[in-house]
Amino acid sequence: MNIPKLPLKLWLWAASIIAAPASALDTIIIDQGYDDPTRIAVVPFETLDSTDAGIAQIVSFDLARSGQFDPLPRENMLSSPARAEDVFFRDWRILGIEYVVIGRLRKQPNGDLSVAYHLLDVFNERELTTRRIGARASELRDVAHSISDDVYEHITGIRGAFSTKLLYVLAKNAGTSYATYELKLADSDGARPRTLFESTEPLLSSSWAPDGKRVAYVSFESGRPAIVIQDIATGSRSRVAEYKGLNSAPVFSPDGNRLALVLSRDGNAEIYVKDLVSGELRRITRYPSAIDTEPTWTRDGTGLIFTSDRGGRPQIYRMDLTNSMVERLTFEGDYNARARLLPDGENLVYVHRRGRTYHIAWQNLVRDDGVRVLTATSLDESPSIAPNGRMLIYATQVGGRGILAVVSIDGRVKYRLPSAEGDVREPAWSPYMDTFSPGT
Amino acid sequence: MRHFLPESGTLWGNRVMGFVVAVLAGCVLAGCASCAGQPEQPVEVIEDTPPPEVEPAPVEEKPRVDDEGVPYDEDSGRPLSRVVHFDFDLAVLRPADIRVLEQHAAFLSTARDRSIAVEGHCDERGTRDYNLALGERRANAVVEFLTTSGVHQSQIADVVSYGEEQPVDVGSNEEAWAKNRRAVIVYQ
Repeated sequence: MNIPKLPLKLWLWAASIIAAPASALDTIIIDQGYDDPTRIAVVPFETLDSTDAGIAQIVSFDLARSGQFDPLPRENMLSSPARAEDVFFRDWRILGIEYVVIGRLRKQPNGDLSVAYHLLDVFNERELTTRRIGARASELRDVAHSISDDVYEHITGIRGAFSTKLLYVLAKNAGTSYATYELKLADSDGARPRTLFESTEPLLSSSWAPDGKRVAYVSFESGRPAIVIQDIATGSRSRVAEYKGLNSAPVFSPDGNRLALVLSRDGNAEIYVKDLVSGELRRITRYPSAIDTEPTWTRDGTGLIFTSDRGGRPQIYRMDLTNSMVERLTFEGDYNARARLLPDGENLVYVHRRGRTYHIAWQNLVRDDGVRVLTATSLDESPSIAPNGRMLIYATQVGGRGILAVVSIDGRVKYRLPSAEGDVREPAWSPYMDTFSPGT
Repeated sequence: MRHFLPESGTLWGNRVMGFVVAVLAGCVLAGCASCAGQPEQPVEVIEDTPPPEVEPAPVEEKPRVDDEGVPYDEDSGRPLSRVVHFDFDLAVLRPADIRVLEQHAAFLSTARDRSIAVEGHCDERGTRDYNLALGERRANAVVEFLTTSGVHQSQIADVVSYGEEQPVDVGSNEEAWAKNRRAVIVYQ
């Protein structure tokens, strides 16, 4: 059976209608990566008023972005069943489809939504899962991403991360006297961006609290750098570090109670940990002639991985906080910085200079089998990993503009998230936040 | 050593000594000219020049500054450059910038009521937080030079690194990067 692969331009088209608002990030798939992606059909959900709310399209696009799925375009579908009993598996088998998602969307009298869906295994002719979700009308996209997560997990065995959010900075006219910087929050596909904070001074180093309810970042709003923690729901902000000199690189501990940060109040850039409950500040690194910065926590919160040029060039080190022992982790190349650990705690991604270009690279800390470069652009920085460890987002430049890009951890799937305006940078991938997940 | 320390004390000392010697010489000459019974100076020469300084040797006079309070360059007569540049990934002062920094130091050493802030900047390459720290290291290289050249610590009102956040040239090429790797002296 020869099923034509979905042409790239169709995905461009799909992206442009899904991410409609002008300020949203577009999603452009560069490389779908896998030779034999899973063939799935997400049938347009049945509605009574015939207004197709686009759930099936959002789910299809989520799955396509993972690179592991090749969703069937709706015009190639032979039927549009909405109930399990209406599915003729033979119709789908003919098309080479392995899984089918069907569903129904109903509006309640009060405007709320009721969505029911089924995931069906075509070859085994059985239902893998079904779920009914109640949601407010404004939560249609959240429902769609939750369905994507569920489908992805049932088929791949890996928890989906489509319901996550992206934090990033949109800079306009940077380097001019009328520059603006906006801290943005958007869906994982770049849709529904909203501004958490806006300033005429630089914003950078955004990171998430593990509960997904607060973010920390560096703001120059006062003319000098300060670390701010902002509550997403209420918008309330507190400046947690505003010392003399540098205040940068805030990262929440895995339990959310501490913040690793970089201060130069004692002379030069050193790493500190601030207890967010007691306010106590503890100095971690003591290396007067070196820059120590860009901390990130080990998974159990007992160690910090950070960048230091104590050896002459920036390299990545790990400190055990229980005994202050430091070990160097990177040895290949003369610039390795801004590391982030994968959820497995074994794999490290970081910015790696090779020749004159800066790429995102990863290495396994246990196997010690070398450095793998994941990206092909030349000014790549700020890698941030999806909570399921499958993908990472980073900032780069294409055509002189700052854009965000995503690459799978095996380097085979790539897509870009350019902004229609300004430069986008400093991405931070949120923790899991599916409010409709059966587990929450 | 990270910071370029020329025989800075020596260089600066020589210049100051030269200045002091010239001033003293001026005083002596002026004093002599007013002395009765001294040989007359060639009158024609004096008349050839515009009205002479009646009171030479402006020891107490503040050096001239422009509208923003920036001192003038003794060599060019223009306001002193307030920007020094750095090589890639380094925070080492370049020999070419030493003369300008010496003049800032000389000015600030005579104008103790004036203070400055020093900003540090980087080009866009490398990571943002590392660059924030590198920019601070650059600003500190300037501060260290000035304070070892006679500027009081109290005259350094602020040291701020902007890292790579405030480029003067947003281009992505060697020329733009070279301009952006800088420290800036801002008179308060």
